[in-house]
Amino acid sequence: MKQLIETIVQALVDHPEEVSVTNSEDEQSITYELSVHKEDIGKVIGKQGRTIHAIRTVVYAAAAKQPKRVIVRVKEKG
Amino acid sequence: MKEVTVTAATVDEAVQSALQQLGVSKNRVEIVVLDEGKKGLFGIFGHKPAVVKAILKKDPIEEAELFLKEVIQQMGVNAATIEKQQHGKQVTFMITGEQVGLLIGKHGQTLSSLQLLTQLVANRYAEEYVSIVVDAENYRERREKTLIQLAQKLAEKAVKTGKEVKLEPLPAHERKIIHSALANHKKVVTYSVGVEPHRYIVVSPSAQ
Repeated sequence: MKQLIETIVQALVDHPEEVSVTNSEDEQSITYELSVHKEDIGKVIGKQGRTIHAIRTVVYAAAAKQPKRVIVRVKEKG
Repeated sequence: MKEVTVTAATVDEAVQSALQQLGVSKNRVEIVVLDEGKKGLFGIFGHKPAVVKAILKKDPIEEAELFLKEVIQQMGVNAATIEKQQHGKQVTFMITGEQVGLLIGKHGQTLSSLQLLTQLVANRYAEEYVSIVVDAENYRERREKTLIQLAQKLAEKAVKTGKEVKLEPLPAHERKIIHSALANHKKVVTYSVGVEPHRYIVVSPSAQ
């Protein structure tokens, strides 16, 4: 799942080398936290959140088979 | 990114040689002249060769296809094949295989998301805007037929009851299919209400 998120995001940004995904897990859900270069945050989110919405839809479809809920977050930095 | 640097007697020759090495035509590369060279006196003294660098530009459609393939595979859908069709500026990727239902999703949501992302990737490398359609097992054509049927049914209902009929929210291109299906219908008018992504169609009996 982590690899899927990275593949999608790296293809969209200007600084693919600064894309990283970390995950944390509790009983019900797995949260993937996505961090990108500051200038790329807008690209990943998109106009009215369209891009991040599309990323989430694709990731949720891929995660449909597993029992835990999957959450994708964009980390803000500096 | 693929690139070659070529040294030859003149800039033209260097460019030709670079294109040959990359095996592409001139519009696929970006040429950077590093040194124009000098002919020198009598072609002997002070002679300096020309040096150019040719950088292979990425093909937007190829990049889009690679991206789509990789994403589908990592979504856990194997054995899917992608067929490509190009009509002018519009490229359609048709996905066929088992498990493509997963790629379509509810109301084609996943398919639309894949389309949006693939379109973004393609246009990162495109000089002119390219329009990408991602389809799976002819979903879009089937959906269009369903929507046209639905439109006819709802128009009948509106005429029979004399009341407005509201549809569930639909994406813009699906609303367009319904609008145009009923555009020439004499007894009803259609319009959309609400704000995206909850914008929906109302079929209303036309006032006579």
